[in-house]
Amino acid sequence: MEAIVFWGFSLMALLSAIMMVFHKNPIHSALSLILTLFCTACLFVLLNAGFIAVMQILIYAGAIMVLFVFVIMMLNLQREGLGIRRHRIKKAVGMIACILVGIRFASVLFSQNIDKANLPADFGSIENVGTIIFTNFFFPFELIAILLLSAVVGAVMVAKTKV
Amino acid sequence: MDWLYNISLNHYLALSALLFIVGVLGVVMRKNGLIVFMCIELMLNAVNLSFIVFAARHGNETGHAFVFFVMTVAAAEAAVGLAIFLALFRNKETVYIDEANELRH
Repeated sequence: MEAIVFWGFSLMALLSAIMMVFHKNPIHSALSLILTLFCTACLFVLLNAGFIAVMQILIYAGAIMVLFVFVIMMLNLQREGLGIRRHRIKKAVGMIACILVGIRFASVLFSQNIDKANLPADFGSIENVGTIIFTNFFFPFELIAILLLSAVVGAVMVAKTKV
Repeated sequence: MDWLYNISLNHYLALSALLFIVGVLGVVMRKNGLIVFMCIELMLNAVNLSFIVFAARHGNETGHAFVFFVMTVAAAEAAVGLAIFLALFRNKETVYIDEANELRH
């Protein structure tokens, strides 16, 4: 049962990631990336990471990708035309090299069998993750707050029109 | 065919590696800056999956906390990067990154 769910979601994630790279229309790429993020969130649920799965859908698919779609809409990007077909051989060789590296990389990761430890029933719940963030990682948490503030101020300063 | 129906954590790690390589392929191949940005987010997502795998392996939720921080930093980086993109587009009317070469002599 877990195998069916795993293979379904992982193949869908991989296919939509490849389609995101090769789409000519940037909006189709953004939608493919949203599908990839949803499939990865489902894989997180399979790995007992319920809180992180919901956070992925909220933050990544819900905020970051909406930002991307809005920027694509504002820049009014058209579909990429075919144009001059340059560097076709370089692209093909690069893709074949990446596929070979990918196969070798993925097969190396099978050399030693890793199994899930005996996880308690509340593993990855929001209480446990929150306890770790607010005790062990409290200082990075405060730094993240300052980082977000500086990111918001910086984004507004860079992107505003000159008045 | 044991690896087809006995799903160990190695399968998730292999998927994380393949997603990362697809992201690298996109960063290298595409000239549209927004697609490059989205491939960077895909690479970050692949690394998040790897963190969650090792958190499940050791029964330690520190991996989940780290993924939380990575997601927050990715959100901040996406906001600032898209703002830079908007400024670039306002000045040069293009999003193709090989046309932004004015620092090259």
